[in-house]
Amino acid sequence: MFGKLTIEALPLYSAIAAGGALVTVGGAALVVLVITWLRAWKYLWTEWLTSVDHKRIGVMYIVLALIMLLRGFVDAIMMRAQQAMALNSGGYLPPEHFDQIFSSHGTIMIFFMAMPFMTGLVNLAMPLQIGTRDVAFPFLNSLSLWLSAAGAGLVMVSLVIGKFSTAGWTGYPPYSGIQYNPGVGVDYWIWALLISGIGSTLSGINFVVTILKRRAPGMTLMRMTPFTWTALVTSVLMIFAFPALTVACGLLALDRLLGMHFFTNDHGGNMMNYVNLFWIWGHPEVYILILPAFGVFSEVVSTFARKRLFGYESLVYATAAIGLLSFTVWLHHFFTMGSSATVNAFFGIMTMIIAVPTGVKVFNWLLTMYRGRISFHPSMLFTIGFIVTFVIGGMTGVLLAMPPADFLLHNTTFLVAHFHNMIIPGVLFGYLAGYMYWFPKAFGFKMNEPWGVRAFWFWIVGFYLAFMPLYVLGFMGMPRRMEQYNDPAWAPWLMAAAAGAFLILIGIACLAMQVLATFRDRRRDADVTGDPYDGRTLEWATASPPPAYNFAILPQVRDREPLLDMKERGVAWQKPAKYEDIEMPKSSAVGVVMGAFAFGLGFAMVWHIWWLAAACGLVMWVTMIVRSSDDDQEYRLSAAEVARIEEARYRALGSRA
Amino acid sequence: MALLAGGCDRMVVLNPKGPIADAERGLLIDAFSVMMLVIVPVIVMAFWFAWRYRASNRAARYEPKWAESKLVDSIVWLIPAAIVIAVAVLVWRSTHRLDPYRPIASDVPALDIQVVGQDWKWLFIYPEQGIATVNQMAIPAGRPISLRITSDTVMNSFYVPALAGQIYAMAGMQTRLQLLASQPGKFVGRNTQYSGDGFSDQFFEVLATTPAEFDAWVAKAKQSPDKLDPATYARLAVRSRNVPFTYYSTVEPKLFDSIISRYTHAHRMPEPAAAAPARR
Repeated sequence: MFGKLTIEALPLYSAIAAGGALVTVGGAALVVLVITWLRAWKYLWTEWLTSVDHKRIGVMYIVLALIMLLRGFVDAIMMRAQQAMALNSGGYLPPEHFDQIFSSHGTIMIFFMAMPFMTGLVNLAMPLQIGTRDVAFPFLNSLSLWLSAAGAGLVMVSLVIGKFSTAGWTGYPPYSGIQYNPGVGVDYWIWALLISGIGSTLSGINFVVTILKRRAPGMTLMRMTPFTWTALVTSVLMIFAFPALTVACGLLALDRLLGMHFFTNDHGGNMMNYVNLFWIWGHPEVYILILPAFGVFSEVVSTFARKRLFGYESLVYATAAIGLLSFTVWLHHFFTMGSSATVNAFFGIMTMIIAVPTGVKVFNWLLTMYRGRISFHPSMLFTIGFIVTFVIGGMTGVLLAMPPADFLLHNTTFLVAHFHNMIIPGVLFGYLAGYMYWFPKAFGFKMNEPWGVRAFWFWIVGFYLAFMPLYVLGFMGMPRRMEQYNDPAWAPWLMAAAAGAFLILIGIACLAMQVLATFRDRRRDADVTGDPYDGRTLEWATASPPPAYNFAILPQVRDREPLLDMKERGVAWQKPAKYEDIEMPKSSAVGVVMGAFAFGLGFAMVWHIWWLAAACGLVMWVTMIVRSSDDDQEYRLSAAEVARIEEARYRALGSRA
Repeated sequence: MALLAGGCDRMVVLNPKGPIADAERGLLIDAFSVMMLVIVPVIVMAFWFAWRYRASNRAARYEPKWAESKLVDSIVWLIPAAIVIAVAVLVWRSTHRLDPYRPIASDVPALDIQVVGQDWKWLFIYPEQGIATVNQMAIPAGRPISLRITSDTVMNSFYVPALAGQIYAMAGMQTRLQLLASQPGKFVGRNTQYSGDGFSDQFFEVLATTPAEFDAWVAKAKQSPDKLDPATYARLAVRSRNVPFTYYSTVEPKLFDSIISRYTHAHRMPEPAAAAPARR
């Protein structure tokens, strides 16, 4: 009846695991209680969960990302604490728990923190920047969100029921195969990735179509914002890269479920086929994450240096070049496989070539600051911190791209330090900068700056303290993922790294304080203009938060910086002569329902509860058919209603003036 | 300071004890130096521009429309490109020179050792000497060592940072690694590819000795009462942790090949009789 699921699945094997489960369940219960106490269920359901509005979906993605950032960080600080105390002792975590933690940390940070954060920012800002009313497929957008949430839910549930994978975030077979890992952990990992991966592929399709087909009149490709450009290239990469991951995970699932032999040691299987497939997705994934962050930096640096972005065309070509090259370097993740020197050298050199367009971008941001008027909004601090820190990570990346040097440093903490040195400043700082930058657009009041500045300093100092020691430990030959060790020379460096993680913890607390302070001061910091930074691009041309339709009249674009252009011509925020009816997509419960059943399907597959899996799959299929045959998916907002909403905004603008 | 000095001394990657690791380190240093030509100016510019063009400094020039310059554009593309070309030449040459499959040039013939990664220990087979050891690999200093490496479990990565870097060990496949210790000494070797609960304990000792000491070491192993026959091997291959140094006076002939072919012959495809190397 319940497959492999028995009472044994409860995490009573250690006090720490049981504690983690209790915190998870307690946290979920607390959220449910608070929502019930606020009587907010109906509001939440009608206005948010069933919404197909790209802005609300964007906000929900970011909320998901921030929750998962917390979870992923708890994993991180637990690992740092373990390694700081594990010299010649078992520390406080047994190996079978430590390995779950490093596996879930990577899985969560990449798939359920960074991916939703990126998708959320693109959802929030991109349609406004190109001057459209919604993405091309609003319902599909909602479905993508709920598939991602279903995957995140599976990872969270593994804390409470059963165990998570111990195979690392990359899940290399044969270790992740059924022979060496008969438990449910790897299955949780597989199904979380399969379900959320489909969501990501759909998001990519949605964004590409939106950007290519829904731009405002006059917005040629070369007038798109740099963020939109990066969103476009990233979305193309998502479409081409994610299927490789889905296939790799799917074949691994077949090996595990049906006893097939794609990646086993014997019967013709070969683990390196998995490793190739995984990194054919995995390396573009790095750029899927980092390009939109580059886009944010471009917006932020131009806005807060109060200067036109330097070398726009160079930046666009650099972005596109990075997108293409990202598919030509995957083998550098396993030079140690034993390929011929020619193959290794080819992939090493291709990897270094990516440093050229990336370097161009760095110079362009610096030259945008040059002869600007820089104000140090937290987003700008994160940008400068990024530039300085990222070039160090880029340099260590080039070192690792040389196959003979990689033989010395592969799989050591040097590698760990390198990719955190790219992803924390490059990706996370970019997303945090974007989150603080666009927050006023989403909510209509500015974010608290002092707490944002504090968060920045703790994050950046914490980053250096946490990861520079890992470079040193790499030079000492310390492998990654060690639960304990016997070399006393490592201990002080690991303690320093733990102290760095503690500073980052304070940085995260500052981010939480910033949210509290922002909501406390929401009336004082209200922004009725919709343009809090004297912006240059279209998202600042509409109200904050924007009406459901974004723009009552679609803007006419004549320049790369359309709003600045309108301001200079004195035509910004002009009242139109008349309004027209607007067709809007209706909210739909189908996305959230399908997400819930996708979660059920994943859970059932993990525990081999076949009837439940079949039932969930059937419900999803039927729901999809019903939804596809439903022609009544839009409603018409009358011109009078639009006029009423717009008049209210103009009154607010006028009263301020 | 003492800590730092001690730390530097302990950075095996920067203090190699053999020519292969030394060349790999040299490559690191060369590339690092070349890249400093870009990294340092970028970091300086980031601080300098941020300070110089802060909004409160009204003395600084403000040119909000200056956004294009063919000259600057060419410089920012060409300088990184020039550096990458320089490093690329370095990479092409060094990758071929330091190919782990390429024998080390020497007047002394190489010593062959076969390495098997197991859960969670390393087995070393000396085909010429007819002995085998667990968790200790003795080598004569000054003589090239030619390793053939496989795994009898999940993927491992065989790593001796002081001498030669690392290469994956994969079941059913054979990889190669060449190394040479310039001086006698004791070095740590490890598995770097996570392989389960005993992963942290899976390290071994590389004992580089004088040729005479090496012969004495072999002779001592030959005295061992333990013999590595198929039954002993099967017992050894079972998961175990913290296995002490073990010496076997004799080894089942072609044991290494049979460990590989156990995995490759399990499928029914027509297959050459020899073990399939990852690369010939």
